Amino acid sequence: MKKIFKYTLYDLIRSRWTLFYLGFFLLLTIVLLAFSGDVSKVIISLMNVVLILCPLIATMFGVMYAYNSREFTELLLAQPIPRTSIFWGQYFGLGVSLSLSILIGIGGPFLFYGLFASSEIWNFFILIVIGVLLSLIFSGLAFLIALRNENRIKGFGLAILTWLFFAVIYDGLMLLLMVIFREYPLEPLALSLSLFNPIDLSRILILLKLDISALMGYTGAVFQKFLGTGLGISIALFVLLGWVGLPAFAIRQVAARKDF
Amino acid sequence: MIAIEQLHKAYGKLPVLKGISLEFNAPGRITAILGPNGSGKTTLMKAILGMVLPDQGKIMVEGKSIKGQWVYRNRIDYLPQIARFPENLRVRELIAFIHDLRQGETREAALIRLFGLDAHLDKRLGNLSGGTKQKVNLVLAFMYDSPILILDEPTSGLDPIAMIRLKELIQAEKKRGKLILITTHIINFVEEMADEIVFLLEGNIYFRGSQDELKTRVGETSLERAIASILGAEKVELNGKAHLSSQYGDARYGDAKYGDAKYGDARYGDARYGVTTKESL
Repeated sequence: MKKIFKYTLYDLIRSRWTLFYLGFFLLLTIVLLAFSGDVSKVIISLMNVVLILCPLIATMFGVMYAYNSREFTELLLAQPIPRTSIFWGQYFGLGVSLSLSILIGIGGPFLFYGLFASSEIWNFFILIVIGVLLSLIFSGLAFLIALRNENRIKGFGLAILTWLFFAVIYDGLMLLLMVIFREYPLEPLALSLSLFNPIDLSRILILLKLDISALMGYTGAVFQKFLGTGLGISIALFVLLGWVGLPAFAIRQVAARKDF
Repeated sequence: MIAIEQLHKAYGKLPVLKGISLEFNAPGRITAILGPNGSGKTTLMKAILGMVLPDQGKIMVEGKSIKGQWVYRNRIDYLPQIARFPENLRVRELIAFIHDLRQGETREAALIRLFGLDAHLDKRLGNLSGGTKQKVNLVLAFMYDSPILILDEPTSGLDPIAMIRLKELIQAEKKRGKLILITTHIINFVEEMADEIVFLLEGNIYFRGSQDELKTRVGETSLERAIASILGAEKVELNGKAHLSSQYGDARYGDAKYGDAKYGDARYGDARYGVTTKESL
């Protein structure tokens, strides 16, 4: 797996798309820092970008990469290595190349701006961790979709729909549920529902850490009320890690039974 | 070395292999696996490599069942049908990649010279032409000295010089006692290279034997006509439109221009067989 990972990363960090993604984060962070000058405000602005954009880009990259490397994967499958190591190697190579773009694109300008001297270092850290986790989760889901669908158009469509579902539709449905059942105590339901959406979970995590109750939204407030900040952050982080494991496990199951 | 027993495979509801039993034991022999598109050639080869999982049946390589195994694959060299590689890797890095995965002795230096790839080693694979990619594909397939060699459409996109080199290379490997399986649509290549033909038709083995046996069996003088006649005969059985199919067969196979153009161009071959398959279904 390590070897496949290494060469996948080699290939991807030199791809035009990765460089473009890196350039985008660099530019955005520099502009935000230059205009606002307040590290804490810049982190909040970047949070919104990371929560929506990282999953979207990871989804697109994941599905594109999986389809583009289809023929080469056949060559790898004919080598004396187990299937799981091929697909996990490719998946982590993809996730890490995306993560590097985020780390360097956001981290670079912050470092230059004197991050270590400010008190925001942990908030910055949480922002990066969330960017990385979301990239892994959504590229994994996209990889899985591509693996299960031979038809590329269908695969692309499903992948984008998955992103749309978690980024937009899920919250809408949740809100609708809250409105319909507003007579009942809904906190436990809202709490458990938010565990099933990695984007919601990330939002809660970052808001708990930043401790901005005004921006917390319904689920965030519930989370804090019920669990307190420390426990809330631990649970959110733990479940997010589970979300990373889920596509990895599913990729293994699907790959084991697939004909190439 | 390879034994296949009652191999069944269907993709969804579409049966591709319907109980194929084959043994390849004699080393130093080139077997051409022929058949129209969709007859199950590639599926058969991929099943041997463990890329396609059989519904029923058993495959043994060097006496051991391959089910759930992968180590046996270092006894097989495989040339995939389509040469597509990670676009941002250089040729040199790709060779190092495969070497990293398989370890062991390689002989890529001689192969790089043979196919004239020296000048391309530091180019990115995304910038190479189709023919050059196929040469890289050949280097990757031949750089290990494994006793079994499986080649899926080895000639596609090659220029005449590379084609000659490839033929010499395959003959040399044969002399060194390797078991070689080739699928191709190019009849001249088969005539020149194959010791034995396995002809697949709709998921069954229609014929196995030497070229002469095939010609004698269908009563034709050339291999091309023999194959045309098999496919033509199948059409008659299925549709009962003898006049239409024989007309087709003549026009396609009797035309000298067609034969010339086809040489070295796999796509032509594909198109031709494609028509036949559609006709026969």
